[in-house]
Amino acid sequence: MKEYVLGAAFAVLSTGAPAQTIGFSQIGSESGWRAAETTVTQQEAEKRGIDLRFSDAQQRQENQIAAIRSYVAQGVDAILLAPVVATGWDSVLEEAKEAEIPVVLLDRRVDSSEDLYLTAVGSDLVHEGEVAGQWLVDNKPEGECRVVELQGTTGSSPAIDRATGFRTGIEGSDDIEIVRSQTGDFTRSGGKEVMESFLQAEGGGDNICALYAHNDDMALGAIQAIKEAGIDPGDDILIVSIDAVPDIFLAIAEGDANATVELTPNMAGPAFDALDAYLTDGVAPTKFIQTESALYTQGDDPMAEYEARKDLGY
Amino acid sequence: MNSRVLPLYATIAIFLVAYLICYLQFPAMLSTRVIGNLLTDNAYLGLVGVGMTVVILSGGIDLSVGSVIAFAGVFIAVMLRDTGLHPLAVFALLLAVTSAFGAAMGGLIHGLAMPPFIVTLAGMFLARGASYMLTIESVPIDHAFYDVLRSYYRMPGGGRLTLIGVTMLLAVVVGIILAHRTRFGTAVFAIGGGAQTARLMGVAVGRTTVLIYAFSGFMAGLSGIVFSIYTGSGYPLATVGTELTAIATVVIGGTILTGGSGYVFGTLVGVLTMGLIQTYIVFDGSLSSWWTKIVIGVLLLLFILLQKGLLILGQRQRSKMT
Repeated sequence: MKEYVLGAAFAVLSTGAPAQTIGFSQIGSESGWRAAETTVTQQEAEKRGIDLRFSDAQQRQENQIAAIRSYVAQGVDAILLAPVVATGWDSVLEEAKEAEIPVVLLDRRVDSSEDLYLTAVGSDLVHEGEVAGQWLVDNKPEGECRVVELQGTTGSSPAIDRATGFRTGIEGSDDIEIVRSQTGDFTRSGGKEVMESFLQAEGGGDNICALYAHNDDMALGAIQAIKEAGIDPGDDILIVSIDAVPDIFLAIAEGDANATVELTPNMAGPAFDALDAYLTDGVAPTKFIQTESALYTQGDDPMAEYEARKDLGY
Repeated sequence: MNSRVLPLYATIAIFLVAYLICYLQFPAMLSTRVIGNLLTDNAYLGLVGVGMTVVILSGGIDLSVGSVIAFAGVFIAVMLRDTGLHPLAVFALLLAVTSAFGAAMGGLIHGLAMPPFIVTLAGMFLARGASYMLTIESVPIDHAFYDVLRSYYRMPGGGRLTLIGVTMLLAVVVGIILAHRTRFGTAVFAIGGGAQTARLMGVAVGRTTVLIYAFSGFMAGLSGIVFSIYTGSGYPLATVGTELTAIATVVIGGTILTGGSGYVFGTLVGVLTMGLIQTYIVFDGSLSSWWTKIVIGVLLLLFILLQKGLLILGQRQRSKMT
């Protein structure tokens, strides 16, 4: 009887509580970052006591639409969506809206009208580049600094935005100059190959003061090329890149790389917080929640950062 | 009892048992919402499945349909964006193109006595390439008429019976009549039983083959229209591998892959079974969505074994009679 009363009391307490069941339609697991995002989302849900219903769309929009419809039919409290393409979401988002189920977009955006979703959580790619540029301004050695840049896949939006952001970051520092810029296709092998040619073109590397890579993988490839050329990466050539994957922290710990800007896989944390505020207090968030682009350097205990990330699925 | 009907009964029984299991675990599965979703989400698959059933009944295969659906979506999106044509005119144009495309493949298969596998594989690459020629990105469709096409009837319980879902059901009815009640259907079954025998029976094999693939092309085009309504856009990377899913639904629906025996209605049940598995996995929320593929694989194997078993059984009975 006592237990029954307690149970009833809990039942009363839990009404009006934040979201209990949340559906998450993920694009797939095409990259290490995406896999880490999934893992972190599940961890964040567990931390908050949320029953997360996960669905992997295997890169297909029709699977995502069907999953969202099923979530609506199931009567979940909210839906997280990482959309595979930007177009074609109107009717299914309308259906969710009609059922009064808030939808939060993760990482990518859609071209639907803003009132069809609660908010979008994502990183600002231009800002990431700015943070990297600012770091170089603050940490470059005295005098003129000739920078080489490893760009991402030509024409891709991260490549364009991270290039723009970096240039904004170094604006005003007249002694920093980007002398060479070429695509390494976001891959390790691409980064290594292009860096080799940079080294040859710049007097064996003597004329290079810093390397800016649009992602960590290219930086890791470049580090290898620099070592093979007999130069000390991290000292002779400063290295700053973006993403904060586990391996770059190993390089930072060993003094081979200097800094990385994090593209956090934790998009779900801010999303859950926004949903919580919305569902309990009715506070509507802004339409875009920008995640933090944190900077990590050798002073930030890189080994601990590596340990924290290595099991996320990168 | 006719042993040929057995696979169909097995399909229906599996679907009902599966639905019962789903319902016991998640009572919300037996709502008009879920039923409406099953029809809407799988409408494009059902349409292309009807075409595929007719092809497989004739002993053929059509690997081009997935690409044709993507082509259709891109074609519609680009035409609506760049020309002032009304969607209905674009649809008519598109269906003419895809039917002609299918007919051309049928013509090659018959005329050059080529295996359908090879010819439609070429068709698959052609159609996919053509969609990339039109655009490389996803193009939104923003036309007032599309809102009309998205209309639905609200069933009691909040479920939506959409226009595209109804289109699929109608197509199944037409497919049933076409395959089981017309002279064309009889010719399809005859060719499936063996082209040589069919010819001796007086079936116009060439004409029928062209018609079969034209029909499949037409259904793929129609499926593309439905898919464009479903996603509201055209995307050249859409529906990769859908031809294989369609073939799987046909086999799970009780049609024999070697042709000559099967039911269009079974394909509908096969499509719904596939949708049901997907819904169950989303409802559960902790299973990897790749389980859909595993269950489909197991079901396929089951049906192939069942078919083989029936074949052996039939042969034994026949040898007893003589």
